Amino acid sequence: MSRNSNPYSPHTDDDRRTMLAAIGVDSVDELLTAVPANARRPKLGLPPGMSEMEVQAHLEQLAARNMKAGDGPFFIGGAIQRRYVPAAVPALAFRGEFLTAYTPYQAEVSQGTLQAVFEYQSLMAELLAMDVVNSSMYDGGSAVAEAAFMAVRATGRKRVVVGMEVDYTYRRTLRTYSRGPEVDVVEVPSAQLAASAAGAACVIVQHPDAFGTLVDVRPVADAAHAAGALCVQVTEPHACALLEPPGPLGVDIAVGEGQPLGIQMSYGGPHLGIFACREALVRQMPGRIAGQTVDVNGTRGFVNTLQTREQHIRREKATSNICTNEALAAIVAAIYVALLGPEGLRAAARAGATRAHALAARLAAIPGCEVANDGPFFDRFTLRTAMGGWALRNALLERGIQVEATAAHYVDGKRQGRDDVILQCTELTTAADVDALATAVGALARSGDAAMAR
Amino acid sequence: MPESGAKTPEPALEPLLVELAQPGRYGRHVRSNDAADIPEAFVRQAPLRLPELTEPQVVRHYTHLSQLNYSVDTGMYPLGSCTMKYNPKVNDRAAALFADLHPRQSYRTTQGVLALAYELEQMLAKITGMNFVSLQPQAGAQSEFTALLVFKAYHAKRGEAAQRRRIIVPDSAHGTNPASAAMCGYEVTTVKSDARGNVDLDALKGALGHDVAGFMLTNPNTLGLFEERVSEVCDAVHAVGGLVYGDGANMNALLGVTRPGDLGFDCIHINVHKTFSTPHGAGGPGAGPLCVKAHLRPFLPKPWIVKEADGSYHYDTAREDREPAGLGDSIGTIKQRLGNFGVLVRAYTYMRTLGEEGLVETSNDAILAANYLLARLRGRYQVAYDRTPMHEFVLTAAPQKRKGASALDIAKGLIDEGFHPSSVYFPLIVPEAMMIEPTETEPKETLDAFADALLRIADRVDTDAASLHDAPVTAPIRRLDEVSAARKPVLRWQRPA
Repeated sequence: MSRNSNPYSPHTDDDRRTMLAAIGVDSVDELLTAVPANARRPKLGLPPGMSEMEVQAHLEQLAARNMKAGDGPFFIGGAIQRRYVPAAVPALAFRGEFLTAYTPYQAEVSQGTLQAVFEYQSLMAELLAMDVVNSSMYDGGSAVAEAAFMAVRATGRKRVVVGMEVDYTYRRTLRTYSRGPEVDVVEVPSAQLAASAAGAACVIVQHPDAFGTLVDVRPVADAAHAAGALCVQVTEPHACALLEPPGPLGVDIAVGEGQPLGIQMSYGGPHLGIFACREALVRQMPGRIAGQTVDVNGTRGFVNTLQTREQHIRREKATSNICTNEALAAIVAAIYVALLGPEGLRAAARAGATRAHALAARLAAIPGCEVANDGPFFDRFTLRTAMGGWALRNALLERGIQVEATAAHYVDGKRQGRDDVILQCTELTTAADVDALATAVGALARSGDAAMAR
Repeated sequence: MPESGAKTPEPALEPLLVELAQPGRYGRHVRSNDAADIPEAFVRQAPLRLPELTEPQVVRHYTHLSQLNYSVDTGMYPLGSCTMKYNPKVNDRAAALFADLHPRQSYRTTQGVLALAYELEQMLAKITGMNFVSLQPQAGAQSEFTALLVFKAYHAKRGEAAQRRRIIVPDSAHGTNPASAAMCGYEVTTVKSDARGNVDLDALKGALGHDVAGFMLTNPNTLGLFEERVSEVCDAVHAVGGLVYGDGANMNALLGVTRPGDLGFDCIHINVHKTFSTPHGAGGPGAGPLCVKAHLRPFLPKPWIVKEADGSYHYDTAREDREPAGLGDSIGTIKQRLGNFGVLVRAYTYMRTLGEEGLVETSNDAILAANYLLARLRGRYQVAYDRTPMHEFVLTAAPQKRKGASALDIAKGLIDEGFHPSSVYFPLIVPEAMMIEPTETEPKETLDAFADALLRIADRVDTDAASLHDAPVTAPIRRLDEVSAARKPVLRWQRPA
C-alpha cells in the first residue's frame, strides 16, 4: 500500500477502494463534476510536508528569532499583561475534553463546558459586581465596540463618546467597527466625559485608564444617566479585586480584556472579552449566555439560554453576529480565579500596584525624570524624560529592557506633546528588573546622548 | 453549609465551585505581603465573595467537569459545517513556543512571529487563489464583518457609498451572514434556493441592482453541495457593480480541488479552526483570516507585514507602533496586529506538516468519507437535495417525523449510540434537517459504526418511535428544560439575599 500524504488520514488503499465502490465511482474526481472544469485541480505551489520532528524543529527555529518577554526585564503591559500562570491552569483547561469540544449545541453531552462557563459568568459577576456576564467576546477591543453598539440599540442614538485615555487598541477597534452602522465616535479627554454626555448613546470611560491613572467613574455615570445615556466602563480584572468595581459605581455595561486571568499573551491572542451588564439590559446583550435549569428527572443542569438574541435564530435581527467565541479562554479564567481565590487575586493585584509605586518613586528621584500621570495611578504609570519616550524606549531596547512608548496612544495629533514611556508592573516584576531599569534610565539621563534622541 | 449559602435543591452531576468552598482554603500560587497604596476613595467596598478552594479540589472539579463532555478526542463528532477533524497535538506544542510574547513588542524582537505570519499569509493566498490576506479577524463572523467594512470602503472610494445599501444572502446561508450585514449597517435581501439546492439564479438576478453592495455565498453551500453555476452567479453580481463574499466555512472540501479566486469570488474568509485543524475549544477560540483579490487590498485592516530583500520583516506603518495620521484607504484596525496568533501558529504547523500533497489528500478523503456515509444511509433516510455532495450532506427526517420521531429525537438517539449528534435544524430551508460532516480523520470502521447506529435508529423509528422521546438515557444528564431556562433565567449562582 502507498503511504498517506496526510499523516492523520486513517484510510488504507483497500479502504478507499471499498468506499469508492460503495459510492459507485472509480475515483474522487468523478464526484467533482459540479466544479467548473477550467478551475478544477489547480497546483497550489505549497511546500511538501514534513515529519513531526522536522516541523517541531522548524517552529523552534522560528521561535528562536523572537526575544521572549521573559528573556529580560519586561515592563510592557496595558490591556495585555505578563502574569504568573499556575501549573494547574493549562493542565486542566487543555484537557482534550474541553480543548476539542465545540459549542455546546447538545447540552446532554456538554455539561462540562456549560457548567464551567456558568461558573465563569458567576465569578466575573462577583468580581465586577455586575448582574449578568456573558460567556465571552473575542477580546477587550471587540467587547468595547459591541458595548457601544448595544448602547446604540438600547437608546436609539448614534453618537458614542469615548475617553482619550481609553486604551488605543480599543479606540481603534471601536472606530473601525463604527464605520459599518455609521455610529459617530467622539473622543474627548476623560476629564471632559461628564460634560460631553448630551445626546450620546453611551459614554465610555476606562478605569484605571490606559496610562494607569485612577479615574473617578461616578460623576461620569451620573452625567450619562442624566443625559439619558448609558455608562460603559472599561476595566481590568486584577484591578477590580482592589478597586471599587463597576457595579457600585453606577456603570451599565462593564467590559475588559480577560487575558491577565491565566491566559498566555501569545502575541495578542487568543484572549477573552469580558462583557457584563445590568439585568434590565440582558436581552440587548451580544453573545452566548449559559443558564441553569433541570432535566426531566429534576437534576440540575445547564444550557445555552436567551438564544433568541443570537444570529443562528434571529439572523439579521440578532444583537450581534458573534458565533464562535472564546469559551476555552473563559474556562481558563475561571480556573485561574478558582485557584487563586480572593486572597490570591488580591495578592497578585497588590504586587503589581506596590511594585509600580516603588518603581515610580525610584525613577522620579533621577534628575530629569518625572512621573507624568494626571493623578494617582494603579499598577502602571508614565515616565517623562528629557530624551523623550520614543528615544528612551529604543535606547532601553538596545540594553535588553522592553518598555512601551506612549506614541501609539495618540491619534491624529491629539494630545501631542506627550512623548513618554509606560511602565507596567505585575507580580512577575522582580527587584532585579527594577534595578536594571533604574540603572539604565539613570545612565541614559546622565549621558544626555543627543544621538539617542533621534 | 457552603460559604455563600448557595443551596442545591436538586441532585447535581458536580457541585458548583461555590458549593465546594470553605473560607480560609486557598493555595499559594501568588504571594504578596505588600500593602498597596490606593487612595481611600477608590478602594473596593463591595464584598469579594469568590470561592476559597485548595488546588486538589479545583483539579478534581475541572477533571470531573471535563468528563461530562463529548469531544473529538473521545469520539466521532460529525457536526455539519463545523469540520470536527482531529486536532494534532504537535500544533499545541508549537503554539506554546510563542506564548511569552506581547503584541506591543518591537518588530525587532519578534522576527520569528512576523516570518511565520508572512509565510502563512502566502500559503492562504495560494490555497484560495487570492492575492492578499489579513490575519486580524478572530473568527469567521468577525471576518465577515471585516469584509463588509472593506466592501463599504471600496464602494465609498468609487463614490457609491450612499447608493449601495443592500447585501444579498441565500436562504441557505449561515445566520452569521445576515447578522454581519445588518451589523455593518446594510439592508439584507434573502434569495431562495432552486430545486437542485443552488442559489436560484433568476431570483438572484431579480434581486440585483445598482443598490447592491455585495453577495455572500458559501461554497460548497450549507447543503454540502457545490454551486453548479457559481461563475454565472459571480458574473451577475459583478455586472451590477457588486462584490462577492465567500464564506469559507466549507473550505475543507476545496483544498486543491478548486480555488475560490478562480471561480469569481472577490474575497473569502478561512475558519482555521475548521479547515486547518485548530481545536474548537468548547466554542472558541478560532481565527478567521480574510483573503482578498488585489482590488480590495487597499481597504484591508492595518498594519501590514512587509518583507525586505534581506529577509527581515517589519510593519508598514511609519513608526511601528503609531497609527499614521491617515490610514490611507484602510478600514482601520479590527484587532491589534495579528489577531489570534496562538491559533494561527497551530494552523501554520498543520499546513507545514501536511504540505501540498497532504492538504489535497485531506479534501479528497473528506469528500470520500461524506459520499461513502451517504451511500450507506441513502434508502433509509431521505436526502434533502439528492445530488453528489462534497464534504458533508443534509438529510431530512421529515419522513421519520411523520412516524413520530423528529430530527432532535434522532440526534438524542445518536448520543445513546455513543456518538455526538450531527447538526440539526440547519440549514433552515430543510425541514427536520440533519447535517452530517464526517471529516477525513474518521477511519472507515468508525464511519461504518456511525452508519449502523443511524440505521438502527431508523429501525427504532419504524417499530417504536416514541422510545426515542426519552433519549438520551446514557448521557450524564437527561433532556433539559430549556423553556424555563429562558423564561426565568438563572445566569449566575445564587446567593442568599
